[in-house]
Amino acid sequence: MNFNLLTSEIAAAVVGFALLALSLILGKNCRRGIVGYATVAGLLILLGITFGQYGVNAAGFYGTWMLDDYAVFMKQVFIVAALLVVLTGMDFVNGLADNRNEFYVLLVFALFGMMGMASASDLITLYVCLETMTISFYVLVAYQLTSGKSSEAGLKYLILGALSSAVILYGMSLIYGVTGTTVIAKMQAVGTPNAALLMGAVMLIAGFGFKIAAVPFHMWSPDIYEGAPTPITAFLAVASKAAAFAALIRLLFGGLPLAISYWLPILATIAGITMVIGNLVAIPQTSIKRMLAYSSIAQAGYMLVGLMAADTAGVNGILFYSMIYAFANVGAFAVVIAVEKAAGSDDISEFGGLWKRAPLLGSVMTICLLSLAGIPPMAGFVGKLLLFSSIMDKGIYWPAYVGFVMSMISVYYYLKVALVIWRDEPKDPQPLAISALTRFAVITALIVTVALGIYPTMLNDLSMAASRALFKI
Amino acid sequence: MMNISLVAVALLAPMVGALVLIFLPKEERNLIRWTAATAMGVALALSLIAYFTYDFSKGGFQFAMSIPWVKELGISLALGVDGLSLPMLLLTNLIGFSAVFASWNVEKRPKEFFILLLLLIAGVMGTFAALDLFIFFLFYEIVVIPIYIMVIIWGSSKRVTKEYAGMKLTIYLLIGSAFLLVGLVALYLTAYPAGQRTFLMSALAAAHFSESFQIYCFALLAFGFGSLLSMFPFHSWSPDGYAGAPTAVSMIHAGVLKKIGGYGLLRIGILTLPLGAKFWAPVIALLAVGNVAYAGFIALAQKDLKYVVGYSSVSHMGYVLIGMAAMNVIGVNGAVANMFAHGVMSALFFAMIGCVYEKTHTRWIPDLGGLGHQMPRVATGMLLAGMAGLGLPGLVSFVPEFTIFIGSFKTYPVLAILAIAGVVITALYTLRVLANVLFGPRRGEFDTCTDIKGAEMVPLAVLGTVLVLAGMFPWYLMDMVNAGVQPIVDTVTAKIQMITAFGGGVK
Repeated sequence: MNFNLLTSEIAAAVVGFALLALSLILGKNCRRGIVGYATVAGLLILLGITFGQYGVNAAGFYGTWMLDDYAVFMKQVFIVAALLVVLTGMDFVNGLADNRNEFYVLLVFALFGMMGMASASDLITLYVCLETMTISFYVLVAYQLTSGKSSEAGLKYLILGALSSAVILYGMSLIYGVTGTTVIAKMQAVGTPNAALLMGAVMLIAGFGFKIAAVPFHMWSPDIYEGAPTPITAFLAVASKAAAFAALIRLLFGGLPLAISYWLPILATIAGITMVIGNLVAIPQTSIKRMLAYSSIAQAGYMLVGLMAADTAGVNGILFYSMIYAFANVGAFAVVIAVEKAAGSDDISEFGGLWKRAPLLGSVMTICLLSLAGIPPMAGFVGKLLLFSSIMDKGIYWPAYVGFVMSMISVYYYLKVALVIWRDEPKDPQPLAISALTRFAVITALIVTVALGIYPTMLNDLSMAASRALFKI
Repeated sequence: MMNISLVAVALLAPMVGALVLIFLPKEERNLIRWTAATAMGVALALSLIAYFTYDFSKGGFQFAMSIPWVKELGISLALGVDGLSLPMLLLTNLIGFSAVFASWNVEKRPKEFFILLLLLIAGVMGTFAALDLFIFFLFYEIVVIPIYIMVIIWGSSKRVTKEYAGMKLTIYLLIGSAFLLVGLVALYLTAYPAGQRTFLMSALAAAHFSESFQIYCFALLAFGFGSLLSMFPFHSWSPDGYAGAPTAVSMIHAGVLKKIGGYGLLRIGILTLPLGAKFWAPVIALLAVGNVAYAGFIALAQKDLKYVVGYSSVSHMGYVLIGMAAMNVIGVNGAVANMFAHGVMSALFFAMIGCVYEKTHTRWIPDLGGLGHQMPRVATGMLLAGMAGLGLPGLVSFVPEFTIFIGSFKTYPVLAILAIAGVVITALYTLRVLANVLFGPRRGEFDTCTDIKGAEMVPLAVLGTVLVLAGMFPWYLMDMVNAGVQPIVDTVTAKIQMITAFGGGVK
């Protein structure tokens, strides 16, 4: 029993409980923001701990737990996303009437679940971690009790999330029934895949497809993204999606590589229609949150292309993309949070004249959206290049055509936001005030998005090492 | 040891300028435009030094530098210039410098305007200086977004709204670049096995590609670069885009940005994929005649000044394309030189149209007339540009066009004759515009319009001088172009001969 392998998860749990205790001690009427700052500190410590875990590459607890570079990289993606969400969401939380501190506690517990998902190499562990994340999200999505939309979103997420969990569980039980083991690495021992095993794989893909919002399992996401509190939308769109990818990759490549000729065509189909539908439906949206919801569906489609390549280059693309996606997407949502708070609406027209009211926010929004569109020199371009070159290297060109053409079409709806930001005169000429924390977070997102686009070497080295660790080469 | 080349410093000048501008207060309009002018002045001076100190005896890429960038992917920050890229680099800076002065009177949000303008110029310059395909593409796409924002804020809505023009421009170019990107990545992946891959253009040009791959890949590149060069029938973004764009953007877009298409087609397409180029050359030549004739006829019917020049620039790109499609030294020389010539001339034309529009508030040809009386300097500039456009001997475009006709006649006699016939259409629409706008009786309603003076004179002075000097001393341009084109065409011919000599050539 090597408990060192659990260091970061133990630390995450400690941070979560410490925050819970802190908020109990301080009471309901404590100064706003204290727990928020404590959360930031705790997450920074967590991030520091994970840097020490690179190079461990060891399995433990009878094969149910795997701490390889791949898991560590993914955990860092989640922690970075959580940090950015807390920094940009603190204004929102301080504005809540009640139950402010529990927001952070739940967020850290959701993070704890995600970190477990990255390391879990056993079906039961995976499922427990998945549920830890999802249940925290059920509460967080419905956090604004006074808002009808938020409650509706929470209820929808609960029902549909439970359904997808059931599908995943059914798939897992089928796989267990055929292979006789829940440990992912041992499943390969089963020779030729039979119908029951494939059925299980299909159910897992469907269940995780729900979590990553891939078409046709995406129906929930626009409604829930729109209704949920905006910081939670950002967290849901980035971290929960990345966590589902982390688990799906380990399951498919670690446990079911022999059935690859069966599940690969399914994934390819899903990737293709996800890229097309996500981008096309984003075009007519007038609510920025719904637009970003469809855009994040499209982004999931790009990442699925990396899965199709089924090699280190493809996984490297997914890892690299998840990290830069975290910065770009949370950066964009940070601006949405600030504008929504001032205007009280999430309509795209509210961004009018942002160049005058808050030039920094206008620039961040433009740069982050362009990164999502994959326009150089933003980081999104390098990410897409990695993803699509990995599949072209296999001699399969159609995803690259679909992906590149669709990303150029996506420029259309991203630029419509830029158009409103830069062309229009503001309805309300008052400068838009943002807190120092939000300013810090958006500047970080801006710098990282541009810097990684111009000089991607460091992140690429890290993600490459991580994807090699997954395939043990 | 890092050796920073002259070209890299020239490239940095507008970027540093843009950075400085970010921190200037937005009310200081004068300081802002002088900062932009200084940055472009430095870049222009450096590129002039580079042009005139280029060592012909050594040839090849000079002022080169290379820094490993992303080792894992084989990307390096490699910059350098040869006889092909130096004229383009000089052209960029000539037009960039003039564009700053052509925008001297921008009153709406000058700070943002000049930041975007400098970024745009830096992007174009970087494309011509890059020796690495990745860096090339990076710079190429940097320009797309500043252009969009500039069109929607400072553009004009005449026949089409500026929002429509900006979006059309952007989406056309991006869709073209999506296919281009697939082609470039395919090139990168096919050239060498994993582990030895590189984006270096020279290494890619040395690699072997099968004939079927070359034909396939060249089609992608030709579509991407061709739509940037407004190759018929992918040209319709160009007149609308220019009409909607502010003067400086029209100047840079028609003057140099378009030329990235021709430059890339030669530097990457023809040099790396000679068999593909040979396969598609007749098609390109045919489309080129479409450019010359079709766009020329449409230009005849236009009543908006900017649309005339927009279609005329589409028509001129036909000459460039047919010169390249000839794939011999003379034709390609002419094509490259004509890119330079057309750049100077169209930028001057757009600058003068900008002046006319600023003073008279109209670009509608029937409403204009007799401007030569009130604005003799503008009239001189327009006349120079127009005459260069129809290839008057003694001005910049005569020698390049003549060279193109000689070169293409060897390969495509019929098409070349058709293209030459296009000169008549050019003369027709140019003379008609000049006569209607500049000459005729004095019109009272334009008496309040003052002629250009002071800083407004700079575009006319700079571009006009180049127009005349390069026409009178064409060898300064042609020798340089030849130094770049000769080795490329020699390599291409040798590759094609080698493969045909070995019977069809499997590999």
